[in-house]
Amino acid sequence: MTAGRSWPATLFLSLFGLAFIYPLLWLVAASLKPNADVFTTIGLIPSHIEWSSYKQGWVGIGRVTFTQFFLNTVKLVVPVVALTALSSAVVAYGFARFRFPLKKTLFSLMIATLMLPDAVIMIPRYILYRNFGWLNSYWPFYIPALLAVHAFFIFLLVQFFRGIPRELDEAAEIDGCGSFRTLTRVLLPLCVPALISVCIFQFIWTWNEFFNTLIYINSVSKFPVALGLRMVLDNEGAVNWNQVLAMCVVTIVPCVAVFFAAQKHFVEGIATTGLKG
Amino acid sequence: MSKQAATATTMTTKLMSSSRSRKRSRQYVGLLYISPWLIGFLVLTLFPFIMSFYYSFTDYSMIKAPAFVGLANYIDIFTKNPDFANSLKVTFLYVLMAVPGKLLFALLMALALNIGIRGIGVFRTIYYIPSILGGSIAVSVLWRFLFTREGLVNTLLGYVSLGPVDWLGSPKLALFTISLLPIWEFGSSMVLFLAGLKQVPKELYEAARVDGASRVRTFFRVTLPLLSPVILFNLIMQMINAFQQFTAAFVITGGGPVKSTNLYGLLMYENAFHYFKMGYASALSWILFIIIMAFTFVLFRTSDRWTHYEDGGDGR
Repeated sequence: MTAGRSWPATLFLSLFGLAFIYPLLWLVAASLKPNADVFTTIGLIPSHIEWSSYKQGWVGIGRVTFTQFFLNTVKLVVPVVALTALSSAVVAYGFARFRFPLKKTLFSLMIATLMLPDAVIMIPRYILYRNFGWLNSYWPFYIPALLAVHAFFIFLLVQFFRGIPRELDEAAEIDGCGSFRTLTRVLLPLCVPALISVCIFQFIWTWNEFFNTLIYINSVSKFPVALGLRMVLDNEGAVNWNQVLAMCVVTIVPCVAVFFAAQKHFVEGIATTGLKG
Repeated sequence: MSKQAATATTMTTKLMSSSRSRKRSRQYVGLLYISPWLIGFLVLTLFPFIMSFYYSFTDYSMIKAPAFVGLANYIDIFTKNPDFANSLKVTFLYVLMAVPGKLLFALLMALALNIGIRGIGVFRTIYYIPSILGGSIAVSVLWRFLFTREGLVNTLLGYVSLGPVDWLGSPKLALFTISLLPIWEFGSSMVLFLAGLKQVPKELYEAARVDGASRVRTFFRVTLPLLSPVILFNLIMQMINAFQQFTAAFVITGGGPVKSTNLYGLLMYENAFHYFKMGYASALSWILFIIIMAFTFVLFRTSDRWTHYEDGGDGR
């Protein structure tokens, strides 16, 4: 395209982008404004910066502070991400490189679970975890991650494995590598970009997870930030708006940071698999 | 000589049989690798799937064992529960607004970004950010603040002497306001469309131009057909998600005012985790499942009329 044709488009896209991102900018700005200004001013520059909203918001509810909510979230998210990457890679390797009975059927079933609405299995899963004594713990998050229940990640990695020439595995095998060593020494190092995508997706999804934490976690001392934020909203939402907004910012920041740190993988990850939104 | 030949033959058969047994053991190796998923699938997906069907014919509060009640739950839902009809209606409306709205936006913005301007990466990132926050409660809280009576949106409308509009307080508008949230998060679909647009061969555009086709005609005759599989895929996944929407309505309006945003997900949640009517809620979940399957089926069946596949799977 010629430069002359593209500047109106650039202008339009910029204005439009600004409009779309404005709510988030406003969120950050309003969290720093004095409480009385939250609704009365719409500009982005606070009349004076008020850090107290963060300090008071951080105190949380009762004796549980956001420090605790953050620690809980880390305890929840980090194992889930690690287990997901591990199990999905192993399973994807099985599907991508081996022949076994019923492989086609099993692969189709795996793909079919991508489209299975969670709503229809949510209640028996809850009852199952309850019978295992896992309510109010993080096991309902760890175990599905360990068992690669998120078929999306398996699919993503299978696609990636298929793009790696088989000659590499064969060469490794001739050199005396067992199949597991072939995976860890040859294939996984080549899969790092795909594994990063898996980790980032799972990090952001688990970090933002609301419904499952709502039904599985019920003591405040085990709340992740999502539930902590909801409690702040219920308690302070009617009065101390800037505190609520400050805690919104705090819960969003890690996700946005991770996204920016690895956005190249992130956007390419979804683009190459053609999945999920 | 013959002895040598015999040795060679036995060697070969030995080698062959060992490679055959290795092949057989390799079969089990494959199964071993997929076993985490297989166990997960059987225990955490298939078993719950079957159980929810069974529970849907029972009265089950988790205190006593499930008691079989036949079709009672379904009969109650269809004949005695006005909330069911309301939630169904509200959810259909929500899906009808949110899904086409989101995809249309995503498609238009992907086209706009695809004309080859500079800094496409920056725009892609900016438009993508809202969708990474996806189901996060922080975004729902933000929505509440933006659309409250004194919120940012009404303040802006005030500048052009409009409003104030009761975005969340009016039963007629609240659902619309909530369905704006997924539309705002159009970025993830847009990225998929952009990837699809990149796959369209340049020669086709050339050919269309040589034939004197207008831009609009090129779009409808070249771009859109080639993009149709991506559109179908997005449509189905977004629809499945939208039917199950929970967080936004739960946090922004709590289902109100007067149940005007009481989406199906909220109805199920209330029955399952407030009243612990697990059998009843399972019946609700199976009704939703059948509705979603029916929609998916119809989309797939009609799709060969409007989707186009490069590799000969062309359904015209």
